[in-house]
Amino acid sequence: MAHSVLLIDRSGQLIAHEGNTPELDIISLSALTAANFGATAEIARMLGEEEFTLLFHKGKCENVYFSAIGEHVIMVTLFDDKTSLGLIRLQINKIIDELSKILSSIFEKGRLKPSEPIRSS
Amino acid sequence: MPFINFSKDEIQCKIVYYGAGFCGKTTNLQYIYGRTMEDIKGKMVSIDTKGDRTLFFDFLSLSLGKIRGFDIRVQLYTVPGQVHYDATRKLVLKGVDGVVFIADSLKVQRKKNIESLINLAKNLAEKGVSIRSIPLVIQYNKRDLDGTDSEILPMDILEKDLNSMLKVPSFSASALKGTGVFETLREISKLVVKDVSRKVMLMDKQQK
Repeated sequence: MAHSVLLIDRSGQLIAHEGNTPELDIISLSALTAANFGATAEIARMLGEEEFTLLFHKGKCENVYFSAIGEHVIMVTLFDDKTSLGLIRLQINKIIDELSKILSSIFEKGRLKPSEPIRSS
Repeated sequence: MPFINFSKDEIQCKIVYYGAGFCGKTTNLQYIYGRTMEDIKGKMVSIDTKGDRTLFFDFLSLSLGKIRGFDIRVQLYTVPGQVHYDATRKLVLKGVDGVVFIADSLKVQRKKNIESLINLAKNLAEKGVSIRSIPLVIQYNKRDLDGTDSEILPMDILEKDLNSMLKVPSFSASALKGTGVFETLREISKLVVKDVSRKVMLMDKQQK
């Protein structure tokens, strides 16, 4: 299964992290993920798409799956080579709607303007 | 957009170092990275080309200590300075809480400084943020070239070019030698934290 999951906002700030990755610099990973997502969104627009809602990077042992949740948040799922991509996608699809509703209600409640703080507890 | 994490009692803010190509944005971050203690800094991440030019951004995360029980973490970014990387600059500016504008003191860079500041104002405005309201500090870099063969602009000319309307705090600096680097960082951090506190108080009032 996935060994680590991060929720980050589109500007690169880490919102939440769950998993066992003490050696991983999750702050930098968050910044790079947001940049990666932003750059890919520009490619999507060039191709006439609004955006690519998921990205997948495959390594020899480690894999990363990025999914957009609503317009503000990205979920990053890290998993090893013993776990199939299909299983990860299935599990993510199960929770993504629920997560999307929770996050939309938080953002709507705060009626956030671009410069207003996000609060997490 | 600052991020307040109540479960960790932490406030995360994003500060972007902006300016024309080769003005010293990355050098500022490298100096900060080299002179900060291991326990308060993360790794410095740079996405650059072989010619030492920033392709996407540099990134450095720093812990600034506690304010009213909250750990303050600032994330420092630079942008690529060259004109044709405007899309990348817009991406990096997303969610910015404060800006350090680095001006190159070299006389030949005078026009580029002004163009870059106008570009900053334009890109912020596209995100609904006014350059007059966001925490902003200007740094006049490369002052160590004063008295050498390279011709540099006097401080009053730079102030007139870039800060006569904005009237924000400004610092004379040499990012290479370190002069003014931490003064700039201290000032922008102070302004950003003050701005975040003001916004939080305003939101609390509105919710009551």
